[in-house]
Amino acid sequence: MWSPELSLALALVIPAVGGVFVALLGNKPNLREGATLVSAVLLAINVAYLVEIAPSQPTVVLANIAPGLELAFTLEPLGAIFAAVASGLWIVNSLYSIGYMRGNNEKNQTRFYVCFCIAIASAMGVALSGNLLTMFLFYEVLSLSTYPLVTHKGDENAKRGGKIYLSILMGTSIGLFLPAVIITHYLAGSTDFVAGGLLALNDAQPMIAGILLIMFAFGIGKAALMPMHPWLPNAMVAPTPVSALLHAVAVVKAGVFSILKIGTYIFGPALIAAAPSSEPLAWIAAISIVLASVVAITKDNLKARLAFSTVSQLSYVTLGVMLASPLAMLGAALQIIMHAWGKITLFMSAGAIYTATKKTEISQMRGLGRYMPWLFGAYTVGALSIIGLPPLGGTWPKLFLMQGAWDAGQAIMIVALVASSILNVAYLLPLSARGFFAPADEAKLKKQPPALVILPPVITAAGVIVLFFLIGPIRDYLEPVFMPLASAGAL
Amino acid sequence: MEFLANLLPAGLAHHAPALVIVIPLVAAAVAALMPNGRAGWAVAMVTASLVAFFALTVLGMVLTDGLISYHMGGWEPPYGIELRVDALNAVLLALVGVMGFLCVLFALPSCADDIEEDKRALFYSAFLVTLAGLLGVTISGDAFNVFVFLEISSISTYTIIAMGAGKDRRALTAAYNYLILGTIGATFFVIGVGFLYMATGSLNMADIAQILQQQGHNRVTQAAFAFIVVGLGLKAAMFPLHVWLPNAYAFAPNFVTAFLASTATKVAFYALIRFLFSVFHPDVAFVELSFTWIFAVLGVVAMFVCSFQAIFQTDARRLLAYSSVAQVGYMMLGLGMGTVLGLQAGLLHLINHSLMKGALFMALGAFALHYGVRHVRDLGGLGRTMPATATAFTVAGLSLVGVPLTVGFDSKWYLIIAALERGWWWAVAALILSSLLALIYVGRMIMTVWMEAAPAHRGQVSPPRRAPIMVYIPMGLLAFANIYFFFDASFLVMLSEAAANAAMGGR
Repeated sequence: MWSPELSLALALVIPAVGGVFVALLGNKPNLREGATLVSAVLLAINVAYLVEIAPSQPTVVLANIAPGLELAFTLEPLGAIFAAVASGLWIVNSLYSIGYMRGNNEKNQTRFYVCFCIAIASAMGVALSGNLLTMFLFYEVLSLSTYPLVTHKGDENAKRGGKIYLSILMGTSIGLFLPAVIITHYLAGSTDFVAGGLLALNDAQPMIAGILLIMFAFGIGKAALMPMHPWLPNAMVAPTPVSALLHAVAVVKAGVFSILKIGTYIFGPALIAAAPSSEPLAWIAAISIVLASVVAITKDNLKARLAFSTVSQLSYVTLGVMLASPLAMLGAALQIIMHAWGKITLFMSAGAIYTATKKTEISQMRGLGRYMPWLFGAYTVGALSIIGLPPLGGTWPKLFLMQGAWDAGQAIMIVALVASSILNVAYLLPLSARGFFAPADEAKLKKQPPALVILPPVITAAGVIVLFFLIGPIRDYLEPVFMPLASAGAL
Repeated sequence: MEFLANLLPAGLAHHAPALVIVIPLVAAAVAALMPNGRAGWAVAMVTASLVAFFALTVLGMVLTDGLISYHMGGWEPPYGIELRVDALNAVLLALVGVMGFLCVLFALPSCADDIEEDKRALFYSAFLVTLAGLLGVTISGDAFNVFVFLEISSISTYTIIAMGAGKDRRALTAAYNYLILGTIGATFFVIGVGFLYMATGSLNMADIAQILQQQGHNRVTQAAFAFIVVGLGLKAAMFPLHVWLPNAYAFAPNFVTAFLASTATKVAFYALIRFLFSVFHPDVAFVELSFTWIFAVLGVVAMFVCSFQAIFQTDARRLLAYSSVAQVGYMMLGLGMGTVLGLQAGLLHLINHSLMKGALFMALGAFALHYGVRHVRDLGGLGRTMPATATAFTVAGLSLVGVPLTVGFDSKWYLIIAALERGWWWAVAALILSSLLALIYVGRMIMTVWMEAAPAHRGQVSPPRRAPIMVYIPMGLLAFANIYFFFDASFLVMLSEAAANAAMGGR
């Protein structure tokens, strides 16, 4: 009865059915949130099982559209890890959403939770997709289902942000991503993800592969490689739980995950290294890293600052893929995990501050840390992880990326990574300093935020610490993907 | 499809090709005698059901047994009149039959609103003549009869477009415009057929093809080719011969627009394919030149120019009309590739485009029925008040853009693969860019429907007089088909492949 294939299908079915229940229970808020939480927990259990069995690579074919075209899911370690991150954080985030949405008396909460379920289902679809066509399909569903979340407030500002969000994401995906998928199909006769790289196995010319690489890198707008990034800051008009889960985890990570998966299974590291465009793309990624960090410093609005920080951090993954050395790609995969946990902590902290004080600008947040020590503690842990200090999870991707850059003969990229860390300090830590050490503007905080918005960031901050020590198993799990032949050498 | 072929007793099945035309022609006369609109509609409904049934039967017979040649009155071709059905026109026949059936369902509530009561029975009579004409063009194996049926359908089309005058007097000028241009087109076509007759002494298309192959081409047949392409191109709204179409679609009754958009231009396009591929032959030098330098080029120009025009339209139906011309451009591009795969992609898009535009125009008709809206800006807030219709509209709209999970994606996919196979990289770029333009104009409408508030001055103009279920059934079926055939594309792909092969090898 219970089989890997069933479990694979359930990863999509659980959030989708959860969405149906949420919609049906729309007028009973407590039961509705119960439905969300139950599906989140069930999904996480299911995905934990998937992580366990991923090396056996089960496949499910959903539909045969036409000869050579099918919708199919294949489980492999990268997708399993991404699914695990997204589903694990969905639980935490659901708790947080309840606190935030009720604490701020947001309207249309049912629509909010339904769209959330669909978005998670499509993130699972991207994670577990067995070929490019399936990936593209769920990538588009993810864009469309998050649009109502981004424009949730419904005012002019939200509509404007939503318009930019959708037009950039749909424009790049239809304009570049889709043609790249079709050209791949034309060249290779299928779009399946294959270990070693589909195009490499079909002897694609490096020149054509280079063009395709450019089309993928920019066509996957969710990866926010400059200049395709403006949708991300504009999407910050969304309520904070959306920003937290979707724009630190599901949406943006679906983008960079797609790039990593395509790099690994469509191109293969050797072909990327051979393609003439990988070096320019690595430079563009490096420039994105530094430039977005500089922009982040200039932003006073906390969420805008975090958004640009995300743009910067996402390009770590793109950089790792373009460097194409095993350790760099491993670093890219680790960045997907570590950044998700760190950044969701920061976003949830921002939302908690807003819920308690209605403050959005960093300059107004003086002295708040004294009233909300746990929250600011969590924020600081998350920030330090993004910066890359031990003993926090964010240390590892930076380390692996630097070593990977060295291996790839691109030592100059190490400079960009170090510069980024320094800039991270400059834009993330002032809030902690202000919160803890500056005198408060007001004598007393009017009300404490609900426990449900304080607890989740604390949990994720603790997770960041745990992840530092879990590096051994994670590395052992992912390493065969990038180093199928080489024995795991010393770092 | 086999079960369809065996549904009828052999004696009746043998006559199915003739019945497809005879039934609507006779029914048109009956409908004209009906005392009121409801009775007229009943006649049209029965007729459309029978036609759809027979058309599907013919399709089933062709797919299982191959070519059907029906000799009218038992006279042998090429002397007698032949109805000749291969996979290509069987598919078109079924498409017209099924779309006609769905549109007639939609007609009951829609025409009750659009057409005056005393003219309604006559309206249905004219509609049935149109249907008979379109089916006749599709099924006829005789070049002159193609002209006859083309005129039958055109003249009655002018009438039913002009019936939109009850709501908007501009329908009269739109119909008049179409009348002038349509007559010019028909004249060109008949001149071309005349030239062919002079050159070959035959009017039977299969026969002409054979004679042309034996005796080769000369100036007369080249002139015939030019006249026929222009004449049929005008009917098919081939850029730049499309100027009649936007106004005709914008001011005709809603039902007529939905029907014409999903059938009429498609049939003219079929006739074009028939002449290009079966009567003339794609291997002939001047035909081949016309593919690359006329059809492909004009197709791409249409994809851009008309998509841009669509972006700037304020009237929703006009917007979709321009979009239709752009979509005909896609089909022309597929045809212009001159390969089996290209033609197949073009035909697949032809079928899919019927499904999308049918659903879109029906949804606009439903909006108009309840709120009397025409302009894009007035569509605001309909997502809340009419969620089912708005959903169908959205699905079909996304299909028009070519978003995955809809059939539009399949046809774009095949068009691009065909272009790659032909080595036309510029065509790939054109297809993608034009999809982005479609995203803009469709996106604007969908955004308005869902995101904007209802305009202040809009009330519920006419509360629906009949159960709107008659709107929801055909619209819902079409919207569902837009999704269903994405997952089961193999059926439509099989049809278009059979059709393309028939066109290519159908000498």
